[in-house]
Amino acid sequence: MSDGTPPPGQAPKSAYFLAHEDEEVERRTLAVIVDNEPGVLARVVGLFSGRGYNIDSLTVAEVDASQHRSRITIVTQGTGHILEQIEAQLLRLVPVAEVIDITNSKRGIERELALVKVAGTGEKRVEALRIGEIFRAHVIDTTNESFIFEVTGASDKLTQFIDLMRPLGLVEVSRTGVLSIKRGKEKG
Amino acid sequence: MAEPFLNPTQKPSSRKLKPMTTKTKAKPAADTAPPSAPRLMTGAQIVVEALREQGVSVMFGYPGGAVLPIYDALYGQDAIRHILVRHEQGAGHAAEGYARSTGKCGVALVTSGPGATNMVTPITDAMMDSIPMVVITGQVPTHLIGTDAFQECDTTGITRTCAKHNYLVTDVNQLARTIHEAFYIATNGRPGPVVIDIPKDIQFATGPYVGKAGILKPTYVPQTEPVPEAIKAVVDLITKSWRPVFYTGGGVINSGPRASALLRELQALTGIPVTSTLMGLGAFPASHPDWLGMVGMHGSFEANNAMHDCDLMICVGARFDDRVTGRVDAFSPKSKKVHIDIDASSINKIVRVDVPVLADCGQALEAILKELKARKAKLPDMGPWKEQIGAWRARRCFAYKGSSEVIKPQYAVERLYALTKDRNAYITTEVGQHQMWAAQFYHFEEPNRWMTSGGLGTMGYGLPAAVGVQAAHPDALVIDIAGEASIQMMMQELSTAVQHKLPVKVFILNNEWMGMVRQWQELLHGERYSHSYSESLPDFVKLADALGAHGIRCDDPAELDAKILEMINHAGPVLFDCRVERAENCLPMIPSGSAHNQMILGEITGNEIGEAGRGLV
Repeated sequence: MSDGTPPPGQAPKSAYFLAHEDEEVERRTLAVIVDNEPGVLARVVGLFSGRGYNIDSLTVAEVDASQHRSRITIVTQGTGHILEQIEAQLLRLVPVAEVIDITNSKRGIERELALVKVAGTGEKRVEALRIGEIFRAHVIDTTNESFIFEVTGASDKLTQFIDLMRPLGLVEVSRTGVLSIKRGKEKG
Repeated sequence: MAEPFLNPTQKPSSRKLKPMTTKTKAKPAADTAPPSAPRLMTGAQIVVEALREQGVSVMFGYPGGAVLPIYDALYGQDAIRHILVRHEQGAGHAAEGYARSTGKCGVALVTSGPGATNMVTPITDAMMDSIPMVVITGQVPTHLIGTDAFQECDTTGITRTCAKHNYLVTDVNQLARTIHEAFYIATNGRPGPVVIDIPKDIQFATGPYVGKAGILKPTYVPQTEPVPEAIKAVVDLITKSWRPVFYTGGGVINSGPRASALLRELQALTGIPVTSTLMGLGAFPASHPDWLGMVGMHGSFEANNAMHDCDLMICVGARFDDRVTGRVDAFSPKSKKVHIDIDASSINKIVRVDVPVLADCGQALEAILKELKARKAKLPDMGPWKEQIGAWRARRCFAYKGSSEVIKPQYAVERLYALTKDRNAYITTEVGQHQMWAAQFYHFEEPNRWMTSGGLGTMGYGLPAAVGVQAAHPDALVIDIAGEASIQMMMQELSTAVQHKLPVKVFILNNEWMGMVRQWQELLHGERYSHSYSESLPDFVKLADALGAHGIRCDDPAELDAKILEMINHAGPVLFDCRVERAENCLPMIPSGSAHNQMILGEITGNEIGEAGRGLV
């Protein structure tokens, strides 16, 4: 009965060392459809903090007033095992109606909106405007020395845009976090 | 003031009832009123009526400013018996004990602020052990919420992560519905505690009463029926396995007595040996030859080795807790694993399983039984497996050195068992060594007879839980097997037992130490017994006397039987101070960070746990 003995030099493991070190950490976007009742967002967020999961971004708004349904889109990361647990734990919450894995759905679409304030004069100001056009950003406010761009798209695209604005006088950024939906005519 | 509660089933009382000031017909037989004519009543009356309709006959609570209207509605009605506790935590554990021993939903009623915060421990306890419980808390009036008012706390905020669900009721029109929904959520799926926070103005406001019929929560519809493919896969494994084992848990008890009966039937058909978690004791009879005893850290040698060496593990309503698995990467390395659970998040949480069965335990067991009978398959010969188990059993892992000088704690529980087993006994415990000795030496034949704080490990649970059990089973013999440290956390509840004529027996295994802490300090911290000895203990006999109970002390093994009989035969509550061996260790034990087949059987040497294991709890 020596098969349970840890080899010399190797620390024994228990349930307290559940980190699946060998598993790769992946990023995942989940759409959580919930009853829009008081405290529901705190429930979802509290689940993540209480169980030590990560939230990279979070958006929430009521999407069906007649049914009091809200859609929460969460971008999270973890190993496959953790992500599986996140979905199961979310579904365990009483007001959660549905959890949709957007990342692993071929039909998933993710979009984000950012407001980007850039200040500068001369060549830099012209360059900022030109790059804004390439990214199909709208200028929603302008002064002689600044622009505010409204830009939408995949998160990577926004990050790229913001990076390009940095040397051109980037002042401030506001991002919505990721929104999600599925292609095609079906719901969910 | 709130109007007196008009209860259709109420016996005539001398109290004069004012007619209800409603425009609808206030017929006494209002139960049969058509839904088009809702009965109007105050929020407080709605609470009492909803509890009555839910079949609540006993509740536990403590009044205070923010629940006075509900207490007023309770006044002069006798459909619901209210047990006044001495501390709100006691109300929560009593409701848990009531629920655990009856299978019904426990109910507790407390006030705002400290009333609610004192309930946090029992709510968490009920969450960890999946106990159905509805907790009603008073709240400051709506317009004062958020102003740091007297006895205000953010009850829904505080209990959000420790309750299965919670509500703050801000509209009296939603109150009845909310209470019925709370009962639905508490008792369906994996059971758990639900908190309803009701501001005082809502208790005074008038609104319609809505019956429970048809009320459920569309976003919460647990799957109870197993999918046939999963059942087929389980039966395939059963028909091919030579060394199977049932690993059962509290889920079998929660599923109801039928699940226990089905487990027994399935076991009889297959001959598969059974072990259980702490929470699952009683689902399978301990007198059965295929009963292996409890699994886990202080479980039996045969159970743990069977779990380690089996080729098929059928987990029914258990959750692979760290106290059961020990070292996860060495957990049952050779087995295929089946996990039957009603909670999808429990499956694959700690241990990867081969066949997940998302279902109610009872329904899954029934489906397996049906499929197995339909196949009429011949099962592999379990002879060699049973022989191996017999060899493990022959180690007699619970053996201890007897003494005629001093009472061994194991002996005390053994004698308690021998003298009470035929007396319709219910056992509760506190937490620590005595709890493990109770689990090892008190044997259960039926479910719902064993109430213990398994997941949270709450010292102080046992006495109030016993109060709840006794309230549910007035004629039963209810015994709290306690330690002298744990009992002091909730000993004021003995006064509750005296007031309500609940003849609970508190059997204290008094070794003057926080025994389990002391044992771990011996095992892990070089026998440096930091703050685990109680320099000053109450005289429990005098304490019992002061509280109006009967006190007994015993320190002589020769007198133990007579004194236990004295305890049993006393008509009222008893505090039994059983002075036991002070430095006894609870064995066998799987040290933290070890595998099931690395149990300490004989004596602790202090070198059992490696560096990494010392960091664990």
